Amino acid sequence: MSEPRTLDVSALPPGAFGPRALTFWGTLGIVIIEGTAFGLAVGAYFYLATRLPSWPPAGVSPPDLRWGTINTLVLLASMVPNELARRAAEKIDLRRVRIWLAVCLVFAVAFNVIRIFEFRHLNVWWNRGAYASIVWMLLGLHSTHIVTDFLDSAVLAALMFVGPVEEHRFVDVEENAVYWYFVVLAWLPIYGVIYWAPRLM
Amino acid sequence: MTAGELEALNRTWSDPPGFASWFRHVDHRTIGRRYLVTAFGFFLLGGILAALMRLQLSRPDNTIITPDLYNQIFTTHGTTMMFLFAVPVMQGLGVYFVPLMVGAREIAFPRLVAYSYWMFLFGGIFLYVSFLLNAGPDVGWFSYPPLAESLYTPSKRADVWAQLITFTEVASLAVAVSLITTAFKLRTPGMTLNRVPIFVWAQVVTSFMVLFAMPAVMLASTSLICDRLVNTHFFDPEQSGDPLLWQHLFWFFGHPEVYIIFIPGTGIVSTLVATFSRRRMFGYLAVVLSLVATAFMGFGLWVHHMFATGLPQLGESFFTAASIIIAIPTGTQIFCWIATMWSGKVVLKVPMLWVLGFFGVFVLGGLTGVMLASVPLDTQLHDTFFVVAHFHYVLIGGAVFPLFGAFYYWFPKITGRMLSERLGTWVCGLLFVGFNLTFFPMHVLGLHGMPRRVYTYQASLGWGDLNLMASLGAAVMACAVLLFLVDVIRALRVGLPAPANPWDASTLEWATDSPPAPCSFPLPPTVGGREPLWDNAPDQPVVVGLRRDVREVLVTHVLDAEPDHRKVFPAPSIWPLVTAIATTGMFIWSIFTPWGVTYGSIPIFIAMVGWFWPKSPTEGGTRPWPIAHRTLPLPREEPAAGGTI
Repeated sequence: MSEPRTLDVSALPPGAFGPRALTFWGTLGIVIIEGTAFGLAVGAYFYLATRLPSWPPAGVSPPDLRWGTINTLVLLASMVPNELARRAAEKIDLRRVRIWLAVCLVFAVAFNVIRIFEFRHLNVWWNRGAYASIVWMLLGLHSTHIVTDFLDSAVLAALMFVGPVEEHRFVDVEENAVYWYFVVLAWLPIYGVIYWAPRLM
Repeated sequence: MTAGELEALNRTWSDPPGFASWFRHVDHRTIGRRYLVTAFGFFLLGGILAALMRLQLSRPDNTIITPDLYNQIFTTHGTTMMFLFAVPVMQGLGVYFVPLMVGAREIAFPRLVAYSYWMFLFGGIFLYVSFLLNAGPDVGWFSYPPLAESLYTPSKRADVWAQLITFTEVASLAVAVSLITTAFKLRTPGMTLNRVPIFVWAQVVTSFMVLFAMPAVMLASTSLICDRLVNTHFFDPEQSGDPLLWQHLFWFFGHPEVYIIFIPGTGIVSTLVATFSRRRMFGYLAVVLSLVATAFMGFGLWVHHMFATGLPQLGESFFTAASIIIAIPTGTQIFCWIATMWSGKVVLKVPMLWVLGFFGVFVLGGLTGVMLASVPLDTQLHDTFFVVAHFHYVLIGGAVFPLFGAFYYWFPKITGRMLSERLGTWVCGLLFVGFNLTFFPMHVLGLHGMPRRVYTYQASLGWGDLNLMASLGAAVMACAVLLFLVDVIRALRVGLPAPANPWDASTLEWATDSPPAPCSFPLPPTVGGREPLWDNAPDQPVVVGLRRDVREVLVTHVLDAEPDHRKVFPAPSIWPLVTAIATTGMFIWSIFTPWGVTYGSIPIFIAMVGWFWPKSPTEGGTRPWPIAHRTLPLPREEPAAGGTI
């Protein structure tokens, strides 16, 4: 038997960004799982809507537009510091990563606080029939995501400030940004369903 | 590689010995083994419950088991077999073998997989402790409202079911993500997508189905718990909710679930058929595309479980058509297996006997499936023993027979010992005979009108003889499983040592020792063809240059598996267990009060921070990364000496 040839990989870099990184695929998996859950919850909303003569049911007014719309704008605006944090991470620029992660956190605090007002202006408690249940479920599902997004970004930011900061942490910053995009963009259809579907149907 | 270097490499990849470190293990072979053993343990428990049911039904007007206990037994049996045996055992095989088959030293996200195992284990313990406390679920494995609503089930039994679902779904989602990433990013150089072993394809396709199907049942069970705990009204018709919403959500998961169990089974069959026909798989592309097609179509026929609910006729026709069409990709695979065997030289070793058993049983189950896809027949047979017979033929035929084949095939690799050919032939024969004796009469009973889920029946109905026959068959099946356990214990104690490749098979798990050394591959092989151990050149390149002092793996590109970068994997860690304990606390607490979710999440958060926080500065490697990473030349632009890989 002849001696095998070798493929020396020692010169390859010890990490990579974007779809080349393993964690990107992990994040993508989470996005598929949670995107499916959102999609099915929206499906359940319209299914339940077919069961009632009027939607929202008689005597219930649709959610107030104000806080939901304000929060949508805040969420959209948060994509700017999020993108800047992502770009800084790809350049392994610790100073800018720290700045933009901190700005992201300010936004996250803002949209979590505004979310409380959104719940208060749904104009119905969750136990008042199926319409109320599914509206609270949709808003609750998304709220879980903005709370966890705030918490994991906060832990990541803390790590970037107090260290030890290794290169592969910058990949984590980028993946965090990818997940942030998902949380913001998934909100848009949910916003449309919660706030506009009862007005247009 | 010198002996000292190999020792250092194996030391790095060993999970430390000792009782305390047992809880920190992350190695995919350790976790895979635990998954397989635990899932088989639940198979035995579910089997004991089945035996109790057959004992009760063996003669008319029997009073061994009370109706209330009988309800708990059949619900726990079904729940166990679906959620604690069939899905986890297939994923356990994936955890163990997908990394080996793609030539990787570890599964992607090993700590996540360890966490997944603990969640699965704790969920199973939770179910059985509840069962022993007389709080076992009793509303059927699909837990239909309104029966499962608090008005009709005021006890915690339905909550136990719903929360068990959450445990097992978390576990299988975590494994699914890890398996997809492993198969996409950790394949050894040369293993392009069209050289991926069919078993790995089956695991990937299954994992994608898990990602899309499991959220449906999690949403459904969460809504059910909300209905029961905080007075929402998703499924409550009196408050404009709709029990049919549950059925839609449940079967949007529940039907793909059948394929989540069956597709890995077909992956096993393809592997065994190729190995024991001594030739490469006939119609590789057709088989892989059939797997993908089955997965897609599997999401388009959930409504055939709901024909008896009075749906619009157009819907019924659509789902009938879809249910019949899905026979096409399955048929394609069966013809490819036949062609492989026909044109090969079949060696009838024990694993291959299980494949033959699979053909017989599964084809019959498929035929009754096509029958049940027809609305008039389904309306007649709905909720009868015909359906019980049908899905046991599909699931035991489609999953358990291939699985036993897989046990016999891969046991030497996992343990380093051979199982007995003689005993194996007996186990296979007994299970085949016992299975048909048990379940074939159920077709007839169903046609005679015997409903499922009744704890007894009157003698005047004339169902006694066939039921007795089924119960005797169950006893034969139990003997087969006992004999298998005897063989396993015998082999572990005195079995013949297994060589590296006892079956002369072609995939990479056979390219290393039985059982594999801690590093899996001292020199990771590259791949020169679809069947590496048959196709590789004698001087096929091996991968060198990975670090030996940390768990470093080679990450490759998705499509063509060209080397891309190196990545250091985590060392053993206690945090997956701590996080699983915290999650378990939250899940159980939330059955009793909604505040359990709020307060129970705090320990989970703390545990996850502990998991994430860096432990040692060497974890991430010490060399600086090139800034211009996007333009880094790939190694293929500097061809390896001496040709292609």
